[in-house]
Amino acid sequence: MEFLGSIWRWFSDPTHWSGADGIPQRLVEHVQLSAESVAIGALIALPIGIALGHYGRFGDLAINISNVGRALPSFGILVIAFQVFGLGDFPIVLSLTALAIPPMLTNSYVALREVDPDVKDAARGMGYRELTQVLRVELPLAVPLLMAGVRTSAVQVVATATLAALISGGGFGRYIIDGLAQQDPIKGFAGALLVGLLAVATELSLARLERVLVPRGIRLLKAPAMQRTATFKTA
Amino acid sequence: MPTGLFLTSDPWINWGWLSSHVPLFEDALQQHLTLTAIAILGGLVLSLPLGVAAHRWGALRNPVLAVSEIFYTIPSIALFSLLIPYTGLTEVTAEIGLIGYTVLILVRNVMVGLEAVPPDVIDAANGMGYRPLARLMRIELPLALPAIIAGIRIATVTTIGLVTITALIGLGGLGQLILRGFIENFHTPLVVATVLSIALALVADLTLAGAQRLAVPWARNT
Repeated sequence: MEFLGSIWRWFSDPTHWSGADGIPQRLVEHVQLSAESVAIGALIALPIGIALGHYGRFGDLAINISNVGRALPSFGILVIAFQVFGLGDFPIVLSLTALAIPPMLTNSYVALREVDPDVKDAARGMGYRELTQVLRVELPLAVPLLMAGVRTSAVQVVATATLAALISGGGFGRYIIDGLAQQDPIKGFAGALLVGLLAVATELSLARLERVLVPRGIRLLKAPAMQRTATFKTA
Repeated sequence: MPTGLFLTSDPWINWGWLSSHVPLFEDALQQHLTLTAIAILGGLVLSLPLGVAAHRWGALRNPVLAVSEIFYTIPSIALFSLLIPYTGLTEVTAEIGLIGYTVLILVRNVMVGLEAVPPDVIDAANGMGYRPLARLMRIELPLALPAIIAGIRIATVTTIGLVTITALIGLGGLGQLILRGFIENFHTPLVVATVLSIALALVADLTLAGAQRLAVPWARNT
């Protein structure tokens, strides 16, 4: 009880809510690092996954990249990137992007692959050109699975960004890493609560976004999409 | 350390140092395997009954899935930090987290595997006079085995990666060497341990895939 009391005091201390090491600043850093990495990862992974899924080529590659991605130790990758590129956000964003790509690539491939071939035939029969067919017919149908991939990536990037504090990154990981280094369990516990909340908030808000993006017709067809093709955890 | 911090002449792999420090890597590898094995076995022991229960009593299904989805999003380093005040920098802290994440992967696969058993097969088993427990053990679980082993593969590869993070709470197996390479700014342990961790995960995955072919010969084409 006394421990929880000190956690409460940590959070009610106004000095923890302002300045460069304050919670708002750390939140901005954490979200910024994560958002950049997921956005860059999506720009790389989604077009490749969508193209491979649409043409149905290199399926093994698209599936196996998730397995390989899962085997990457995020901690080692971050430290190696730090040794190569030195201080700054670049090595962090680079490693986080590398970890963000596999779930999005695999999910977008599977999402496009799963589109009913009859629907594609019908689209072609109605005179859709290839690009229009992808954009207007296949993508809307693929949104639930595709967004599940984005959600998986985003949650994992938020989690891994915590480790970035080890290589002098900002974000909530700072509190955890500093707490461990300074043997300050209260700071570590507070940081862990903040990171946990941010990860859960990311999951829930992207699940909500997914529900908005899914066309109404498919929404009526399926139960709320909380499915993902593969679990993925790197940190 | 010569001139700058990052313009060192330290090669990526110093073979001389490596060859004289093989036992260091053996110990790390052994700790890595032990932490992983306990996590997977503990996870199996917990998730089989839980998955079967969630399958049998439909009301449990969605709560179990929702709770595991949320729990799974919690970063491991955050979970460890939440446990440190209670269980300290120990194997217990590491295993609570590692077993927890394993359970979440496995429960889902046990449920999916059991749900995929065709109703006709269940009907036939009932018609042959199987009681529920015997039906579960001899019909349903064997048919769910491919999904369960697929879950074990994902859990194993994931756990091997997560074990490296336990270096931050004083364990880590190969992660310890990654941390050491980082702190001492010495490339060899960092690079070798990272490569070994990836190799270990891929070898474990292939080994389990082989075990799956032996254990479930009827599912070889899927």
